[in-house]
Amino acid sequence: MSILIYTESENGKLKKAAFEVASYAAAIAAQNGLSVTAVSFNTDDTDTLGTYGVSKVLNVKNENLSEFNATLYADTILQAAEKETATLVVLGSSANDKFLAPMVAVKLNAGYAPNVVSLPESTNPLKVKRTTFTNKAFALTQVDTEKAVIGLAKNSFGLKEEQTTCTTEDFAPTIVESSSKVLSTDKATGKVTIADAEIVVSGGRGLKGPENWGMIEELADVLGAATACSKPVSDLGWRPHGEHVGQTGKPVASNLYIAIGISGAIQHLAGVNASKVKVVINNDPEAPFFKAADYGVVGDAFEVVPQLIEKLKEYKANNT
Amino acid sequence: MKILVCISHVPDTTSKINFANNDTEFDKNGVQFVINPNDEFGLTRAMWFKEKQGASITVVNVGTADTEPTLRKALAIGADEAIRINATPTDGFFVAKQLAKVVADGQYDLVIAGRESIDYNGGMVPGMLATLTGANFVNMCIGLEVEGTTAKATREIDGGKEEIETTLPLVIGAQKGLVEEKDLRIPNMRGIMMARKKQLAVLEPEAVEAQTQITSFEKPAAKGDVKLVSPDNLDELISLLHNEAKVI
Ligand SMILES: Cc1cc2nc3c(=O)[nH]c(=O)nc-3n(C[C@H](O)[C@H](O)[C@H](O)COP(=O)(O)OP(=O)(O)OC[C@H]3O[C@@H](n4cnc5c(N)ncnc54)[C@H](O)[C@@H]3O)c2cc1C
Ligand SMILES: Cc1cc2nc3c(=O)[nH]c(=O)nc-3n(C[C@H](O)[C@H](O)[C@H](O)COP(=O)(O)OP(=O)(O)OC[C@H]3O[C@@H](n4cnc5c(N)ncnc54)[C@H](O)[C@@H]3O)c2cc1C
Repeated sequence: MSILIYTESENGKLKKAAFEVASYAAAIAAQNGLSVTAVSFNTDDTDTLGTYGVSKVLNVKNENLSEFNATLYADTILQAAEKETATLVVLGSSANDKFLAPMVAVKLNAGYAPNVVSLPESTNPLKVKRTTFTNKAFALTQVDTEKAVIGLAKNSFGLKEEQTTCTTEDFAPTIVESSSKVLSTDKATGKVTIADAEIVVSGGRGLKGPENWGMIEELADVLGAATACSKPVSDLGWRPHGEHVGQTGKPVASNLYIAIGISGAIQHLAGVNASKVKVVINNDPEAPFFKAADYGVVGDAFEVVPQLIEKLKEYKANNT
Repeated sequence: MKILVCISHVPDTTSKINFANNDTEFDKNGVQFVINPNDEFGLTRAMWFKEKQGASITVVNVGTADTEPTLRKALAIGADEAIRINATPTDGFFVAKQLAKVVADGQYDLVIAGRESIDYNGGMVPGMLATLTGANFVNMCIGLEVEGTTAKATREIDGGKEEIETTLPLVIGAQKGLVEEKDLRIPNMRGIMMARKKQLAVLEPEAVEAQTQITSFEKPAAKGDVKLVSPDNLDELISLLHNEAKVI
């Protein structure tokens, strides 16, 4: 018996989130005398999963599955789970993971616990802690079915090395006809996405207009960060919708979140609170964000940010 | 085209979140309930199909009688009829099973649900419903056109978007971007009056067992105070982020 994980890759290379999912599953496996099997699609670097406690990888090499297709991917994960007689399937929390997990759960007749933030408090019955009310609370959730699907919240467990001998097998699932196909994909290349970013630099209405985003992008560049914005900024068309973070936008769970000219409304905070460290730059010392932040600078963004960029450049030059 | 819009009845985004009964239940005291924002985007898109392509719209909620004002609001916005499955929605699977019965009985071509509901954040009902009914599914949907039985949908992916061609019957997980914020509708007086005359059918639930249960809630630990750094001393900020927080 084993724990099955779905490890996401892009252009043949595993995403960092895959290693977090592996680390998490390996920790559960160690507690219960199980092993971890990963299922992956068209991935070249499957061996690296051995570093994080995976002992077997079922690698699906199939041209027809080079593009994400939820039904076919979910069918494949199901077949892998059956082959491995897995009673627990763990996925991450990317857009594709969240697309697949409920489908896999129904196919497997398994209860699904999404947004899980820590190791199970018990495995029989399975009890896990997950976030609810957009990070305003945790819910201890018990899964009452024999099989379970866990969606691991991003950046909640981290990477834990656990050297394991890892073998990769070609896996050829039975693939049915699909009535869905991808017509086109539009993705900025070479830009860090909010979903994958360790650092997110975010701007609000305090920046006055889209013409002032140069310094936000530069700061993000220096830090290797993704750029984000508050809701009104995307509603006003200053920035694309895809950058809107918060309760009704994208969730952020980065290591560092830097909020510039953002007041810290409850709906904004709810969506970014899962970030580990928050820095706020705002000229109003009464801005609510200061109550939610770890570090704050009370000052004019137009003075603080350019200086911060210069100092970070110096710091980077001295530390590499 | 017959459209079913699934409506989750959720606490307003400004609500204080508290728990009652030894932290085993959400405390509804003093909480205002609204249509889940993702469902509002979905309903607005459904109205476009109604007005431009003659679609009919049914809204549905699985919930107790206190969700009826939320369904009435959806009727006031322009849905044709409403269904309430009279049950306490105990988990996402239970809800999806109830909705699957509604879909099978009503033969809907398009089911619009929200990407996630802002209370329990499950993000599971639409995917489960699609799988239970054998429909195609597009999650995080930010664009949708339907011509005959062919649908063109745009979905958000990490760092961009993707265009998908698929066929009806289809379930989508709607979110911001499916319609513009400014196109969201606020019910007007006429809509509210008309909503009173529209049908709100109350149906008894199927016998289904939930697969999960929440045994207790807890709130995150209180945060420590913010450390303020002077704008003239940004080196200190960098040093704190490097040495103390260890994030750069
Ligand atoms: C149903 C609902 C859902 C919502 N969902 C979201 C969501 O998901 N995400 C979200 O972000 N919002 C959301 N909102 C909106 C939210 O309530 C706030 O209106 C919004 O977050 C405010 O954006 P802001 O902080 O950029 O602007 P403001 O509140 O206008 O704040 C601007 C800040 O910039 C500061 N500032 C001004 N000039 C400077 C300067 N020179 N230097 C430094 N600082 C300066 C000001 O002191 C102020 O604090 C939602 C609202 C509703 C009703
Ligand atoms: C008294 C009470 C007890 C509860 N106990 C539990 C519990 O123990 N465990 C648990 O997981 N949840 C519990 N819930 C929450 C309830 O089950 C949720 O409505 C359900 O789990 C779906 O929430 P979700 O966040 O998973 O929905 P999501 O999957 O995030 O919702 C996505 C979309 O699905 C549709 N949808 C969701 N819910 C409904 C609905 N009820 N009717 C119509 N459409 C809907 C909407 O379109 C929504 O936008 C409880 C609720 C109540 C009132």
